Amino acid sequence: MITNTLSVSRADFERRTGWQLKPEDACKGAVCVPLDPAPVGDVVNLEQLAEQMHLPLVHEPQHGVWAVGPESIGARALASAQAANLMLPDINGDTFELDSLRGTKVLLVAWSPY
Amino acid sequence: MWQAFRNEMAPLGLEIVTVGLDTAGVEACRPFIESAAPEHPSLIDAHHRMAELFGVVNIPNGVWIDEHGQIVRPAEPAPAPPSIELERNMNLGDMAEIPERMMAIMGEASKIQANPQGYEAALRDWAANGADSEFALTEHEVIERSGSRSSAEALGHAHFEMATHLELTGDHDAAIRHFRSAHELVPSNFAYRRQAWSLEPSLDGPLARFWQGPAAGDEAAWPYAGDWLTDVREMGAENYYPTWTA
Repeated sequence: MITNTLSVSRADFERRTGWQLKPEDACKGAVCVPLDPAPVGDVVNLEQLAEQMHLPLVHEPQHGVWAVGPESIGARALASAQAANLMLPDINGDTFELDSLRGTKVLLVAWSPY
Repeated sequence: MWQAFRNEMAPLGLEIVTVGLDTAGVEACRPFIESAAPEHPSLIDAHHRMAELFGVVNIPNGVWIDEHGQIVRPAEPAPAPPSIELERNMNLGDMAEIPERMMAIMGEASKIQANPQGYEAALRDWAANGADSEFALTEHEVIERSGSRSSAEALGHAHFEMATHLELTGDHDAAIRHFRSAHELVPSNFAYRRQAWSLEPSLDGPLARFWQGPAAGDEAAWPYAGDWLTDVREMGAENYYPTWTA
């Protein structure tokens, strides 16, 4: 996720990273990472969370932005087989949520025009 | 490209979602999407979110997700039926003369191994048999096959996201620095390389985004360690995609 502040709302962090912040840990599917101390309140400190969860943080000071990278649990691209709720726009700018297709098998195909 | 297959499979409970991974965004994808006129969801992914969330490392890649939202096959080569990606994408019909580099690229591309028949048959088997299909993997197998992600590779993904952000906000030079870091840290991700190379203005015209290397006679200006032709020759075109296994 890209952010111009290290203080982000809990809901924003959860929506953009797929991690749920619980009272004592952060969970994605059945995989949980203990948080000590766990963040309290509606705003979380991204720097602290990134360190606790071993999420990489890249800073571009000239532009005042940070990029938070993904987890690397178990050294595999997927920590769990539960599909993330990919949310992306179509060519009309309307956002589509992958979770809206629950109940159907889905083949998700990545392509590129180059 | 997937439309005909999708229409056949949708009544059997299999939907297709295509995701165009391109920092150049919606306008770069639009002509292909409008030409294909898909009835299935067709999305634009300027930041390659799908790569980060699903472990996509090259194009085209497919992920199978069951009715419960569980991945049953992680990202792997997903040739469309029939697989003629390069010829489909490049409009060469009105070119008087095809440049030598482009001929060489097409020569290498023709050696790339894919198994569209096997992949399509596996999809049909899964659509018919669900969890009982021999091609539907267990959670353990899905995670094991999902590709490597060390802490260095995770850092590379963060650099890639920063690069796409900077590209989209107009600082191309800063974007190049972060693309380079992503390439060094996630060498397995060929889509990250193709993306960065395709954004370099080495020539004008319909081949601009497929050139993916230095302009003839101006090699010193090329900002990346590799380019499509050099890297594919080094790896061997036959190794461009991993061999598909059931």
